[in-house]
Amino acid sequence: MMRRTIPMLILASAGLLLIVAKFSPFTVSWQETVLGWFNILAAVAFVLGAGNLLAVNLEQISSRRPGWAYAAITLFAFAVTLVVGMFKVGAVPNGMHPDIHLAGAHDVPQAPFGWIYDYMLVPLTSTMFAMLAFYVASAAFRAFRAKNIEAILLLGTAFIILLSQTAAGMFLTGWIPEDSVFSFLRLDVMKRGITEHIQTAGMRAITIGIALGVAATSLRLIFGIDKSYLSKT
Amino acid sequence: MLRIWRVPAMLAALLALTATAPFAALPPDPADVSAVDRPGDGGAAVFVRWRVPAPDETARAIVERSRTVAEATRDGAADEPWILVAEVDPLAGAGDGYLVSGLPNSKGDRHASDEIVFRVAFIGTDGERTPAIEAAPVVARANAFLLDKIPLAIVCVIVSAAVLAWILLARAGWSVKIRRIAALEAIDEAVGRATEMGRSVLFVPGIQDMNDIQTVAGVTILGRVAKTAAEYDAKLEVPTSRSIVMTAARETVQSAHFAAGRPETYDESSIRYITDEQFGYVAYVAGRMVREKPAACFYMGAFYAESLVLAENGNAIGAIQVAGTAEASQLPFFVAACDYTLIGEEFYAASAYLSGERDQLGSIKGQDLGKLFAAAAIVVGAVLATLASLSPSGPMAGASTAFRAFFGG
Repeated sequence: MMRRTIPMLILASAGLLLIVAKFSPFTVSWQETVLGWFNILAAVAFVLGAGNLLAVNLEQISSRRPGWAYAAITLFAFAVTLVVGMFKVGAVPNGMHPDIHLAGAHDVPQAPFGWIYDYMLVPLTSTMFAMLAFYVASAAFRAFRAKNIEAILLLGTAFIILLSQTAAGMFLTGWIPEDSVFSFLRLDVMKRGITEHIQTAGMRAITIGIALGVAATSLRLIFGIDKSYLSKT
Repeated sequence: MLRIWRVPAMLAALLALTATAPFAALPPDPADVSAVDRPGDGGAAVFVRWRVPAPDETARAIVERSRTVAEATRDGAADEPWILVAEVDPLAGAGDGYLVSGLPNSKGDRHASDEIVFRVAFIGTDGERTPAIEAAPVVARANAFLLDKIPLAIVCVIVSAAVLAWILLARAGWSVKIRRIAALEAIDEAVGRATEMGRSVLFVPGIQDMNDIQTVAGVTILGRVAKTAAEYDAKLEVPTSRSIVMTAARETVQSAHFAAGRPETYDESSIRYITDEQFGYVAYVAGRMVREKPAACFYMGAFYAESLVLAENGNAIGAIQVAGTAEASQLPFFVAACDYTLIGEEFYAASAYLSGERDQLGSIKGQDLGKLFAAAAIVVGAVLATLASLSPSGPMAGASTAFRAFFGG
């Protein structure tokens, strides 16, 4: 009973407080306190996450399951980064306190921790991000197959937008005077019309729906009508 | 030899020259200089007002303020005790006055500033500066309620009242029929397919923490997916990118196994924390998908650039995919690559839809009333704007402006 009641009370009071803080400056400090609590909770929970990471990967290594070498690499990288970051190994000395090692900067490229971040993590994440271009191409290829009316409309719209973004767009229709009655045939004008009117209208409709959905969900949670996020055990 | 008659002639010529030269004089000093705290605000703002006795002779107005205690302490014994606030049009001080914002709070009271003295000087058309006239000291205080948020408060009250009213009506027995949501109906189909194929079910609860309401909605749907998986005895995997989400997901899945009457099949290790790093998490999940080939993939929560990477990998391995997010920019990717997508509000309605409880279904009806209100406001605004454009100086122009201002436009 208490296991469900107390979290619900905390949620309700924090939720109402965050709403009131939107309208009253005097409750902003309370809002900051509540958000601070979450950060503390997240920091503590990170220990759980790190423990889980260790447990899962150690278990994989010890049982020699397929891919155990990847688990070993993960643990090695985790340990090195943790030690280098936590103990500020090779930190650049602080000008004001050159004798105090922990006062040094560890997140600059000259320090090992900063070097790992700048020259290992950033290139790796950039590589993953760059792959997105190929995924976009394959998704577009599938989505734009003209198999029904909706797909044909999608294909036509995409064709106009893509063409208008390139030099070909201006080359093909740039000669039509902007002040003529046929200016709507210019690809840049068509693109502007699609993005500013059709797309914006659609996006706003979705955004209004999302905002109302957030409001209704928040009310359900604050008033304890939706308890699905709470454990029933 | 100087002839005597030339002296008066030279004096006359000199007088004539001085008479035609421009007369250099200071404009009159600023009059009625005052500074008042801006009402209904969060503090740190003051209106400075003044009157311009001779606008034709005044080119600019200089507004300065005294240093606060904190500034004086920080800056030491500064030679210049005044800080230049702005050099503005002299008529800027008319009406409500010139708004000075961003004033520092007092060290002892975060809702008010120290006493600050404002002063105003004019610069004449010839560039000369009048003496500065000081206003009475003022304190910029935060008020209990932000006046500019009143329209938002009214809209909030209307939407909340609609939702709560419909919850009460649903309890009283009113019909709360909700249309069928295909993506949620597909949960059983997707998990059943995975069971038949002897493959796992993958559930990705987004990449945000539990303080994001999308993650809460995603974890709610996870409960239903986990219950179905427990009933079908399908293997469920939930990689998470946040530790708290892992904990919440474990609680939810365990509850689902209890609800399905199969607590012994709950496997805590299938819900694991990967990394907070966006693309590190994606690399793990995408790699796992390619190696394990889950037959059903669910993406429910907050997604950003990784949405298409996940959905395209799922598509490549032939998994049945159900996605749900309120990130409008990611919806096209999910629609293009997934079999079913919960679009925005459907995603939030999922919890109520899956519960089947009258209270929760009533809240969706209330949400629809809010949508009706939004549609009505759009229609009224469009009509007013059209009428205002036809008659820019007519009463409709004012009404259109007021309507737009009410909604923050």
